[in-house]
Amino acid sequence: MKFLFDSDTWQEIYGSIRKNKVRTIITIIGVLWGIFLLVVLLGAARGMENGFNKLFGNFATNSVFVWTQSTDTPFKGFQKGRRFSLNTNDIESLKSEYSKEIRLLAPRNQTNNLVVHNFKSGDFKVSGDYPVLDQIQKKKLIYGRFLNKNDILSIAKVAVISEDMYKRLFDKNVMPIGEYIKINAINYKVIGVYEPSNTIDFDGDTAYIPFSTYKKVYNTANKIDWMMITAHEGTNIEQMEKDILLTLKNLHKVHPDDERAFGSVNLGKEIGKVTGFLTGMQFLTWFVGIATLIAGVFAIGNILLITVKERTKEIGIRRALGATPKSIRQQIILESVFLTTVAGMLGIIFGALVLFFIDWKFGQGEDAALVNPTVDIPIILIAFVTLVILGTLIGLIPAHMATVVKPIEALREE
Amino acid sequence: MIRIEKLHKSYPMGKDSLHVLKGINLHIKEGEFVSIMGSSGSGKSTLLNIVGLLDEHDEGNYFLNGQLIKNLNEKKAALLRNKFLGFVFQSFNLISYKTALENVALPLYYKGMNRKERLKVALDYLDKVGLKDWANHLPNELSGGQKQRVAIARALVTKPKVVLADEPTGALDSITSDSVMDLLKDINNEGMTVFVITHEEEVAAQTKRIVRLKDGLIISDELTKAVKAAKAV
Ligand SMILES: Nc1ncnc2c1ncn2[C@@H]1O[C@H](COP(=O)(O)OP(=O)(O)OP(=O)(O)O)[C@@H](O)[C@H]1O
Ligand SMILES: [Mg+2]
Repeated sequence: MKFLFDSDTWQEIYGSIRKNKVRTIITIIGVLWGIFLLVVLLGAARGMENGFNKLFGNFATNSVFVWTQSTDTPFKGFQKGRRFSLNTNDIESLKSEYSKEIRLLAPRNQTNNLVVHNFKSGDFKVSGDYPVLDQIQKKKLIYGRFLNKNDILSIAKVAVISEDMYKRLFDKNVMPIGEYIKINAINYKVIGVYEPSNTIDFDGDTAYIPFSTYKKVYNTANKIDWMMITAHEGTNIEQMEKDILLTLKNLHKVHPDDERAFGSVNLGKEIGKVTGFLTGMQFLTWFVGIATLIAGVFAIGNILLITVKERTKEIGIRRALGATPKSIRQQIILESVFLTTVAGMLGIIFGALVLFFIDWKFGQGEDAALVNPTVDIPIILIAFVTLVILGTLIGLIPAHMATVVKPIEALREE
Repeated sequence: MIRIEKLHKSYPMGKDSLHVLKGINLHIKEGEFVSIMGSSGSGKSTLLNIVGLLDEHDEGNYFLNGQLIKNLNEKKAALLRNKFLGFVFQSFNLISYKTALENVALPLYYKGMNRKERLKVALDYLDKVGLKDWANHLPNELSGGQKQRVAIARALVTKPKVVLADEPTGALDSITSDSVMDLLKDINNEGMTVFVITHEEEVAAQTKRIVRLKDGLIISDELTKAVKAAKAV
C-alpha cells in the first residue's frame, strides 16, 4: 500500500491521464452518466413519493372510517333491512376495549344547512366535532383557532369556517374573528378560518361547531353519524378494522356475517395501493440505475483495455527499462480507480445539481409534482463504493493483459 | 559478461516453425565493444532480444554476468534488465508525453530512486550527451539524433553493465550517426560492455569486434582492423 502515498505514483498517473485526454474524458463520462442517472432517478422517485405523501399529508394515514347502513341478515328477532345508528356508548366501549390500538377517535355528526351572515348566505356542511379532529385531519388556520375542550364543555356557540365560506359570507377586509354567522337561525361566533386542504379531504367547505353544541341544537341525543379512528404506530389496521366491526355488530345485535350493516373505509389500504405503485417505481429506478452503473464500469474496463492496447508499446518500453509486472498492474488499476472515483464524484455532484434544478423548477408551490427530491447519503456512498470496487475489478483485466505479453511483443507493436 | 552456448530459437509460424537461431556460440567479456552484422532476417535482433531478456530462447545456455538464465519469471527479468542492461532502439522508443528529462529518469523510477534525486542524476546524463538545454522538451520537439542521444542517456542512467543497441544509427544520417557512435565509444572507454547491431560497415568499423550472422549461424567473428593494428604495434 506504500505506493499509494508515493508522490511518484501519482506523478505517473497524472502524466498518463493528462496525455490521454480523450479516453480520460470518455471514461469519466461513462461512469459519470451511470451514477448521475442513479442519483437523478432515485431523487425523482423520492420526490414523487414525497408528493404522494404530501397528498395524504394532512391526514393520519393509518385511519379507519366507520358508519352504519342497514342490515342484510335477520338476527335475534330483527328483520333484515333494519336501520340503526352508532352512539356515544359505542365510542366508550371501543375506547376501552381497544385502548392499545386506538390512538385517536373522532365521533362526528354532520348535516347541510343554510349559513347566513348579514345579507349573504350559502348552503354549507355543518359538522359537530371534537378538537381531536384537528389531529386526524390537520387544519391550517388562517385566522383564529380550531375548536377546543372548553368549547365542548361550555357547549359554546362557536364555529370554525373555511376560507371559501369566509370569502362568500363576508365583505372584503372584514376581520371574521368575533363576527357572528347564523346557522339554522342560531347565531355562532366565528373563532377560526381554515385554508382549503390541497390534499385529500372528506369535508370540503364545512362549518365546524362543538360536538356538544351540535347535539343540543340538532337534538341528536346519543346518536353519531360516523367516526374516524386512527391507530397507534405499528398496529395491524386491517385486523383492527375487522375486530372493531365485530365488536360493533355485537353491540348492535347485528349478525356477525352481516356485510351491509356497517360501512367502513381503511385509508391505509387505499394508500397502500398507491404506495405499491411507488415501490414498483423505486424498484425500477434501482434496476435502471444499477444496470447503467454496471454498463458504465464495463465502459471503463473496455476503454482501459483499448488504452492498454494503445499503450502496449509504452508498456513494453517501461518493461524494457525495468518495470515489473506488478508496478505496471498497480499503475493501471490505480488509474482505473482514480478515474472511477473522479467520475463518480462528478456524477454525484451533477446529479445533485439537477435535483436542485428539478426542485427549483417543479418542486415549488402547493401542487408541485415532485416534492423535495433527495437521495439518502448512505445509498450514494454504497453506490459509490460499489463503483470503485467494480472499477478496481474491471481494471484487473487490462492490467493483466498488459503484463501477459512478452516485452518484445509489446515493443514490436506500432 | 555474456556467454551463449548452442543457442536455438524458432518462432512458431502456424503449424510449422521458423528456425531463426540455429546454434549460436558467443562469448563477450566485460568491456568489449561488439557489433553484429548480417543480412536482413538473419536473426540479429532475435539474438539481441534474447540477450536483453526481452525474449526467451528455446535451447542452449545463456549466462548473463555468470548467472544462468533459465525459466526466468517476468519480475526477475525486469529486475535484471533494470540492473544490468540498457537498451537503445532504432526507433528511439521514447515515451512521447514525457520530457527528455523524465524519459531519462524513468529507469531510476523503477529502481526506486526518489524523484528529486533521479531528476538530478538524469540531468547529469543529459548533460553528458550534450542535451542539458533540451531537458524539458518533449521527444517530438527533438531531432532524430537528439532523440537517440536521449535514449542513450536513458540506457546509461542506471549504470548498466551492458548496453544493447539495435541499429542505433539506422534512422540517422551519417553525421548524426557519427556523434551517436562517438557517444557509444566514450561509454565503452569508461568500461561498459557495448553490443550493437548495424547494417553499416562504417559503423561496425568503429567497434572493436565484428560478429557476422548468416541464416542463424555465426559465420565470422573477428576484431576490427583498428584493434588488430593497435595490437600489432
Ligand atoms: N515474433 C516473430 N514471429 C515470427 N517470426 C519472427 C518474429 N520475429 C522475427 N521473426 C522472423 O525471424 C527472422 C529473424 O528476424 P530478426 O528480426 O532477428 O532479423 P534481423 O536480423 O534483425 O533483420 P533486420 O536486419 O531486418 O532487422 C525473420 O525472418 C523474421 O521474419
Ligand atoms: Mg533487426
